[in-house]
Amino acid sequence: MKKPVDASNDLQAISRRRDVRRKTLPALAQAGPVSVWMILFVTIPMLFIIYISFMSRGVFGDVIYEFSLESYQTLLDTTYFKVILKSLQVALFTTVLCLALGYPFAYYIARKPPETASKLIMLIMIPFWTNSLMRLNSWLLLFQTSGPINNFLQWSGITEGPITFIYTDALVVLGMITNMLPFAVLPLYSTIEKLQKSLLEASSDLGATPVQTFLKVTLPLTFPGIFSAIILVFIPSLGIYTVSDVLGGGKVLYIGNIIKNQFGAIRNWPLGAALSVLLLVITGLLIFIYTRFAKLEDMEVV
Amino acid sequence: MANLTKIQRRKKMLGILGNVYSVLIYAILYIPVVVMMIFSFNDQRYNYYWNGFTTQWYGKLFSNHTLIGSLWYSLVIAILATVISVLIGTLGALGLKRFEFRAKKLINNMLYVPIIVPEIVLAVALLIIFMNLGFALGMGSILIGHCTFCIPYAVVTIKGRISGDGDSLEEASMDLGANRTQTFFRVTLPSIMPGVMSAAFLSFTLSIDDVVMSNLLAGAKNSTLPVLILSMNKTGITPDVNALTTIMILVIVAGMVLSNLVKGRLHKNASK
Repeated sequence: MKKPVDASNDLQAISRRRDVRRKTLPALAQAGPVSVWMILFVTIPMLFIIYISFMSRGVFGDVIYEFSLESYQTLLDTTYFKVILKSLQVALFTTVLCLALGYPFAYYIARKPPETASKLIMLIMIPFWTNSLMRLNSWLLLFQTSGPINNFLQWSGITEGPITFIYTDALVVLGMITNMLPFAVLPLYSTIEKLQKSLLEASSDLGATPVQTFLKVTLPLTFPGIFSAIILVFIPSLGIYTVSDVLGGGKVLYIGNIIKNQFGAIRNWPLGAALSVLLLVITGLLIFIYTRFAKLEDMEVV
Repeated sequence: MANLTKIQRRKKMLGILGNVYSVLIYAILYIPVVVMMIFSFNDQRYNYYWNGFTTQWYGKLFSNHTLIGSLWYSLVIAILATVISVLIGTLGALGLKRFEFRAKKLINNMLYVPIIVPEIVLAVALLIIFMNLGFALGMGSILIGHCTFCIPYAVVTIKGRISGDGDSLEEASMDLGANRTQTFFRVTLPSIMPGVMSAAFLSFTLSIDDVVMSNLLAGAKNSTLPVLILSMNKTGITPDVNALTTIMILVIVAGMVLSNLVKGRLHKNASK
């Protein structure tokens, strides 16, 4: 009576050991490093920055480890609040323009044969292998007070004196667009490309005008791509500080600049952390909305 | 012309309009690159306005030790970041695709954090951790920062290339007597090679162009090329930086063309 039980126990042990060798060890070896890396350098730092945002700043720029809402109250100060609103405004402007410029462009590419389309996509990526700061600097060289664009405007008599383009929000937005446009075009292209031509034909056969077809068929069906584009343009635009550093000459400040400064000369970590948490919350909200109607894996990030 | 119907004529007009529009978009993207290249031939100490043509900067840039030093620093970091990210990313993509484990969902979601969250947030978060642990800032901290955003891109890129029937091919290989290592190098790796190569290219370009992480996580001593350029923005950029950037873009485009040729050949071999 006892022996068979033993034997089955042995079998179980053997099969368990074989399972460990066949499944657990390879799983650990393959998924282990990435999991450890993500937990160590993403999860823990993110939790810690939320924790720091609820601390307060000491006199010497140190962190006082006692619960406080000081940093979040500071964010409501008019100076900071204005910066936050302005950053949101510039990011929104950039996003709308990238979508408005990118959608017809993505549509144009998607209607080309696949061979041509992949070449056209490649052509979008090439400028991005040039250092982004150098590309931003080019806009500065073109638009500065004694630069070619101002010279042309005066020479042709369009304007009397030079126009101040540099250090304005408008030039920052132009810089943002040149940095962000591909992130709008790529997800838009991939959803428009998947759009079935037969649906558009059906719509026009049923008597819809091109505008109606676009509004009632094309636009709703490409909405996931539009929302990916919004996320991939809006969120980075909100945190970027290099564009305003180069084209704003340090005079135009956005959230990114303020965060960076708290970890430099000003040394107010809790305030920088609170601003970072604000960006995290905005990001989280947009992602939450996105996951209501699409899968995170389907967001065309690369 | 007269034989064209109204609809055909409208289609043609739309086609022309599309071409003109796309040329305009490409112009917005390419003008900064072309201006950058033109100013590498500028005969002036700092690039403010055009002062005349010279090719001297292409020779002089090699004796600018700060510039060349920062280039090497960037290259070493980019190569190390690429190797580490591709290694961890390849294994991770395979592991996350094939195995079920408890934290899988958490890890999958965490991978999207560095891709989506503004880079400054991640950089600042890492900086706080490093400072609290007393970890000296320098190449190590920059490298960790770069890998933290390169690994997710590598995983996502490679995961997209792992086909559903990979498992059965691997089982066949093992049944035929190959061990795990042989199977990995002879069956698994070749099948995901295009993805691995895209991941490597992406990691390298992300790392070498990165400003935010490199700026915040740098020690006092060395800076990467983009950080050097950022600091130059206050004083004015010297044309030798334009010359160097021009050389770099040409090398990268040449590399891209080459890798596409190799990829094409791999594809041909795979389909044979």
